[in-house]
Amino acid sequence: MNTVIFRTIAPYLAVLMALFSVFVLLRGHNEPGGGFIGGLIAASALAIYGIANGVPSVRRAIIFHPIHLAGFGLFLAVSAGIFSILIGVPFLTGIWIYPQVFGIELPLSTLLMFDTGVYFVVVGALASIALTLEERD
Amino acid sequence: MVGPTAPVFFYLSLAAPIVAAALAPMLHRWLGHKAGYVLALAPAFIFLHFAGYLGETAAGSDLVPGIAAGGRFLFSVPWVPSIGVGANFYVDGLSLVFAMLISGIGFFIVLYAGGYLKGHEHQGRFFSYILLFMAAMLGVVLADDVVTLFVYWELTSVTSFLLIGFDHRRQAARRAAIQALVVTGGGGLLLLAGLLLLSTVTGTLSVSAMLQMGDGVAASALYVPILLLVLGGAFTKSAQVPFHFWLPNAMEAPTPVSAYLHSATMVKAGVYLLMRLNPVLGDTLLWETILPVFGGATLLTGAILALRQTDLKLMLAYTTVASLGLLVALTGTSEAEIIKGAALYLVAHSLFKGALFMVAGTIDHEAGTRDLTKLGGLRAAMPITFAAALGAALSMGGLPPFLGFLAKEVMYHGTTHHPDVWMVLLTGVLILGNALMFAAGFTVALRPFLGPKVETPRHAHEGPFMLYAGPVTLASAGLLAGLLAHLTGVNIIGPLASAIVYRPVEVELHLWGGFNLALALSAVTLTLGALFYWKLACVRAVVASFLDLVGWGPDKGFDQFVGGLVGLSTRVTRVVQSGDLERYITLSFVFVAIVLVGGMSAFGEWTGILEAPDLTFWEWAVILMALVGIWAVLVATSRLTAIVSLGIQGFAVALIFMLFGAPDLSFTQFMVETLSVVILALVLTRLSLVKSDHRPFWEAMKDGAIAVAGGVGFAGLLLTATSRPFNARLSDFFSEYSLQVAHGRNIVNVIIVDFRGFDTMGEIAVVMVAGLSILALVRHRARGVTGTEPPREADAPTEGEA
Amino acid sequence: MEGVFAILVGVYFAASIFLLLSRHVIRLLLGVALLGNGVNLLIFTAGRLTREVPPIIPEGLAVPEGVTANPLPQALILTAIVISFSFFAFLLVLAYRAYQELGTDETDKMRVAEPVDEPAPPVGY
Repeated sequence: MNTVIFRTIAPYLAVLMALFSVFVLLRGHNEPGGGFIGGLIAASALAIYGIANGVPSVRRAIIFHPIHLAGFGLFLAVSAGIFSILIGVPFLTGIWIYPQVFGIELPLSTLLMFDTGVYFVVVGALASIALTLEERD
Repeated sequence: MVGPTAPVFFYLSLAAPIVAAALAPMLHRWLGHKAGYVLALAPAFIFLHFAGYLGETAAGSDLVPGIAAGGRFLFSVPWVPSIGVGANFYVDGLSLVFAMLISGIGFFIVLYAGGYLKGHEHQGRFFSYILLFMAAMLGVVLADDVVTLFVYWELTSVTSFLLIGFDHRRQAARRAAIQALVVTGGGGLLLLAGLLLLSTVTGTLSVSAMLQMGDGVAASALYVPILLLVLGGAFTKSAQVPFHFWLPNAMEAPTPVSAYLHSATMVKAGVYLLMRLNPVLGDTLLWETILPVFGGATLLTGAILALRQTDLKLMLAYTTVASLGLLVALTGTSEAEIIKGAALYLVAHSLFKGALFMVAGTIDHEAGTRDLTKLGGLRAAMPITFAAALGAALSMGGLPPFLGFLAKEVMYHGTTHHPDVWMVLLTGVLILGNALMFAAGFTVALRPFLGPKVETPRHAHEGPFMLYAGPVTLASAGLLAGLLAHLTGVNIIGPLASAIVYRPVEVELHLWGGFNLALALSAVTLTLGALFYWKLACVRAVVASFLDLVGWGPDKGFDQFVGGLVGLSTRVTRVVQSGDLERYITLSFVFVAIVLVGGMSAFGEWTGILEAPDLTFWEWAVILMALVGIWAVLVATSRLTAIVSLGIQGFAVALIFMLFGAPDLSFTQFMVETLSVVILALVLTRLSLVKSDHRPFWEAMKDGAIAVAGGVGFAGLLLTATSRPFNARLSDFFSEYSLQVAHGRNIVNVIIVDFRGFDTMGEIAVVMVAGLSILALVRHRARGVTGTEPPREADAPTEGEA
Repeated sequence: MEGVFAILVGVYFAASIFLLLSRHVIRLLLGVALLGNGVNLLIFTAGRLTREVPPIIPEGLAVPEGVTANPLPQALILTAIVISFSFFAFLLVLAYRAYQELGTDETDKMRVAEPVDEPAPPVGY
């Protein structure tokens, strides 16, 4: 699989997939998509990049150890739930705010935060698995 | 501050020992053994509080009747209101006397422990345990709710386990602790069953409410099982034959424990229970047969075995067994006159036995041995201890003017009141038992002190204040209570006996009641006892030769029981857990197939109808693709084929999701299959794949049959399920409220992150843990645990027997 | 329509059980992978099949228009797919590591935790 073509396009492909994964994550509440799918796409992107250009370059590119990303994701998801407790509704109840940013109404919610947490857990855990296994070649 | 008029102090006294137990290790670190003085404040507080209930009017108010005037007090806190369980407490004559004994003797025990274990590195821990026990024991005697009672009851078993096994480096202590826990804990389970049955029959969990129901329980069809179960609990706790063996073994505990748990308080919990339930379960033929028979047998067994001992503590332990038997036998008569004797003996016994145990401990502590054959002539070296021992023994022997004398008079008076065959027999047993205990009591109190001076392992001298404060006070209390007989009768024994028979009982006590039959029987007892004391060596020889003849006892039986249990569990484990993975999986799936196929056949559930399928040709194509993939996986002979065919069936599943309105699933499945193929390719290159299936023909047929049965079972289940009308309530709910409540149009995503968010949180945690575990598995290797040799577990160093 | 899928689910289960009964770790793994898909399809079919209409509320409406696919099993399966993948990966690495350490891929030779001639537990206190 280590052809020149693959190695040349892999970084671009990985970046595209990573961008797409964020898009899928964000639209997930109203269209097909969401944290699980987005996370899977991003993890695949990292896996492809790793196969093509070696695991060390992936590790440099994402700065953090992938399992730390997963831990951050879990933290984010739990925090989203705790927000609800702080304003006095049951754990994990969705809270919505609609701030005006540059004249556009932006719907933000703890659900998005939660879904982002899911995204990070899936990316982190699966990329960690894939990279660990790739590294052993 | 004292008495029932201040409920907050009642709860404080329940909590005080627990608080003290929590503080004990810290206090011990600061103050050393002197922490005992501070910790003893907790039982002192409790004692003062409960003293406020005594008398005609309760302390603090002239309007509240005290215990002597028939006052009863209920304190309740809701605990599990949904099933009617409350942390409810009830104070009447019976629980009050017990509470005062527990706290009063507890006060001196804490002091005594301060002196006895001075310098022991775990003395702080010991204080904690003994105070926790105090809290549990107080709970047992004060609880009104049977569930609360049971919880406290088991807590006494657990704390007793900790205390007996306190010196856990000795095997004998460990064995005794386990034995006590198995016997009393097992009895506790019987008790739980009995109490729950009792509450079903009476319709209430409250003991005080049951007391008001009179004979209702005795007439119920469940009376016999209830009685037997409750007796199972009481007899194990109070060491009745044939469960008496754990109590002498419990003497492995440090002496403060023996003096407190195994003479004055915990072992009396069974007696307490019988006395408490006497109005509910008593006064029946069964009750009046079982209790006197077992109690009498225990009395004689304990008293005879006591004389055989040469160890001071063991001797006292067997007399405790005997005394408990006596109390059970007396309680079993349900006769007010005799119950009075039981009430007196209960109080007298706690005082003199606690004192004698502490004396035995002091001798052991100061002289270095408690073996009678190595002791003698200590009266000059330990005059105070000798005086206390003498006082206690006089009460135990039943000599005037001590409380023990009154107890003996009253019980003889009671049993000779309406003489019939049973009563005459019981009187005879009592006389014999009392005489034997007389001999044992004086052996403990006189032999070490009288006679020529014997060289002891340690140079004996009088113990410190902490050690003699308890025995002296308790022995004096026995004397004082006897001298002030009238006051004792009105204020303590009367309310106590009234609570046991649940009707007012007048108790008029006089030291001198004139020449009567009871006094004559007392004289017979004393003469017989003096004779036994005189001929002790002779009695000992007879008992020893008889025991050698029998050769087996329940104590040996316990070892055989435990050994058999271990052997049986080993055999069961070998069969059930053979270590053969194939067998585990085979058994699991055979069971699944039987449940599905057999179950559906038995209940006629094969109702699924296979309609003519109306699938389009591309749907057929996808299904065919899945089937081909599965087939290829089954017959794969190389890694690459296996990986590729696994991928094929996976993508087919993704296509199925796509075709049937699940784009999210389809997408996820695609990504997962891709990643699966990648990591499979990475790992499988390092695993060897045997060319083809290794299974011989017959084995393949057997596995195939199990597989087909399982497959048919699941297919049939699904077919049957889908041919029933679909209940869409849940799905409709989500569809309806997705936008309205959760502001999302993708219902699947809304369910995941909102409606079932908590579930998802658990699931991502699982994903995270899987990632961590894989990392750990691979890294473990990287740290250099290498070699093809399987890593043998290092032989754990076998724990040395001290 | 569900009938055909019921049979497919049955085939999935039969194949995976047959593989799970093998003594070779690698076939066991393949069996686990098939079992995951079989179970997901079982849940999917049990929630009834609807062609092509995903459970998404169109713009401008408050509830889905007409009949859509059942969203509940989909939500259950979505997480199940990811979890079964994580577990599959874990099992894979576990099997691989066991193979490395023990030098065998036959389950009846992997007896470190439950040795064949395990001595009886000590009797005593």
